[in-house]
Amino acid sequence: MRFLLVEDSDDLAAAVASRLAMDGHGVDRAATLAEAKEYLESAPYDLILLDISLPDGDGREFLARERGARRETPVIMMTASASVNDRVNTLDQGADDYITKPFDFAELQARCRAVLRRHAGAADSRLQYAGFTFDALAATLTVGDEVRELRARELRLLEILLSRPGQIFSKPHLIDRLFSFDEEVSDNAIEVYVGRLRRKLDGSGARLETMRGVGYRLIPE
Amino acid sequence: MKPAAASPAGFSLRRRLVWQFAALSLLLVVALFFAVRFAAERASRASQDAVLGAAVISVGDGIRAVEEELELDLPYATFSMLGAMGNERIFYSLSTGDGLVTGYDDLPQPQVTPGDLSPVFYGADYRGSRLRLAALTRRVLLGQRIEEITVVLGQTRYGQAAIARDTARSAAWIGLGFLALTVPVALWAARAVIRPVDRLAEAVTRRGPQDLRPVLHPAPRELVPLMGALNGFIARLRGALQLAETFIFEAAHRIRTPLSLVRTEAEMALAETTDEALRQRLRRMVRAIGESSRSANQILDHAMVLYRSDQFMAEPVDVAALAGSVLRSVRAVAEMRDIEMRAEGLDQPCPVLGDARMIEVALRNILDNAVKFSPDEGNVLLRLSRDGGMARIEVTDQGRGLVAGDADLTGRFRRGSNVGDVVGSGLGLTIVTEVAAAHGGRFTLSPRPEKGTCATLFLPLSSASA
Repeated sequence: MRFLLVEDSDDLAAAVASRLAMDGHGVDRAATLAEAKEYLESAPYDLILLDISLPDGDGREFLARERGARRETPVIMMTASASVNDRVNTLDQGADDYITKPFDFAELQARCRAVLRRHAGAADSRLQYAGFTFDALAATLTVGDEVRELRARELRLLEILLSRPGQIFSKPHLIDRLFSFDEEVSDNAIEVYVGRLRRKLDGSGARLETMRGVGYRLIPE
Repeated sequence: MKPAAASPAGFSLRRRLVWQFAALSLLLVVALFFAVRFAAERASRASQDAVLGAAVISVGDGIRAVEEELELDLPYATFSMLGAMGNERIFYSLSTGDGLVTGYDDLPQPQVTPGDLSPVFYGADYRGSRLRLAALTRRVLLGQRIEEITVVLGQTRYGQAAIARDTARSAAWIGLGFLALTVPVALWAARAVIRPVDRLAEAVTRRGPQDLRPVLHPAPRELVPLMGALNGFIARLRGALQLAETFIFEAAHRIRTPLSLVRTEAEMALAETTDEALRQRLRRMVRAIGESSRSANQILDHAMVLYRSDQFMAEPVDVAALAGSVLRSVRAVAEMRDIEMRAEGLDQPCPVLGDARMIEVALRNILDNAVKFSPDEGNVLLRLSRDGGMARIEVTDQGRGLVAGDADLTGRFRRGSNVGDVVGSGLGLTIVTEVAAAHGGRFTLSPRPEKGTCATLFLPLSSASA
């Protein structure tokens, strides 16, 4: 998926971009509304992450102009103000969701996914690997004719493993990305989801391999 | 709400009014009594004096000089008129400068020399009775000399005294009757005077704790200064509250931006290190940041709810659509932990009368709370139904539920004793309770028989749909 991130704080933008890149999304960064306009004119995006207060204007007005021009790319507003008025106003102006700073990256990802799923009509989110087809937005895994439903964490896990097949992901890395930091988790928590995903991958031609003491990887059988 | 005890030096305005009214009436009645008695006495004396005067003149007219002798025709008809008022006794005397001619010789004589036509009236005690006397002087040609003859006619006034007594008694009874009438009249008048004060007090007492609008209750002109003072006080209080709210908004906003950066840095550091001890530290740090930013959000929500209850403006709000949109927003977060959120009864509009933003905050807090306390892969169910004139929004979870004795978690910063590691400020349910109160609804939290908690918010349906 291709994201446009409009955020004037360099540090925050870099962090958000690198985090989204981990999920295999391509992220372009714009620091001003003018830059954002240029990006939007040159390429199609699946999702826009839009800060409210930008050096050259208000993100909400930008959004209103976009919607006025019938450009319907989904938008998630990022705001430092948690006031309900701002939240409701953003939604009234056509934002698909909003998130208040400081946000949990896991929450941002979850919101992105939810918004993308609602707009899934056009985008093709299917991915072919070994003997199965994975649809991230529909949260399904198809082996032959059999469609298997994935729960959120199984899906996240598969998504991460599929972003770089064959590469080993460490347990801590997977925990950071699978669990919100607000939860108290032990390193073993990941094993539950590895076990479940393994069962769902039965007969798919792919294998979730445990590298003792190192981590996990997805390889073709 | 019970009004605070009156100030210790309090007195009853009503009682004071009644007493003053009664005392004034008593004074007036006594004054009336004396005035009536005085007037009655004077009137009867004046009329009797006229009769007595006429009588003494007719006695005077009856004096004739025959040769050298005085001759007197006593006018008996006139005397009987004098006695007509009662059983009066009549005395008379005729005297010249030399002494008594006829009649009672010791009858008191006037102090001044009376005139020829207009008698002189005076009172005196004679033979054990109070007499009213009239005196007249007549000049009679007796032979060659003119003799001055003084005629004195006196009568007792038993009849007049009796009439005066009667009149006074009647006046006294009438006065007492008036006095008896004044008591209920005074009570009624005092109540009528006090009633606007009572109504004003009632209007102020009926207000909710967050209601700081000026008092616009109609009041008599005399209470306008009091109303002015009251409204001035309310305005100052509201100003202070608004200042505090603005300050909270500003402070929360300023804390948020740097927190955002700290969190980002910590998460990046977390991704870059594999050292377990350091990772645990960083995770704790991120969690603490999460907690403080959530608290800031709730403090903001709380300030907003207080502010909006103060300026409460109710309009029809479709709570089904609102619940749907809040549910969708919370669902994204719930999915992170594989918590399934379901809704029932959102397919038909359900208009309630209220403030959409306050209801949004309330619903969000209830759902956030349910998700927060749900185990991974749990279920949260939102059910919207109608219950009497109320919309009933019920959210059930499979969380750890309530511990006995924790029943009231709706107070500020109150948290259950079994929250353990779940972060929170304890302000969420206070917000919901305050929103419910502002709408004239209510919020209850109860443990479910099997497992978890059931949070129920009642909001009044808008009349169009009730």
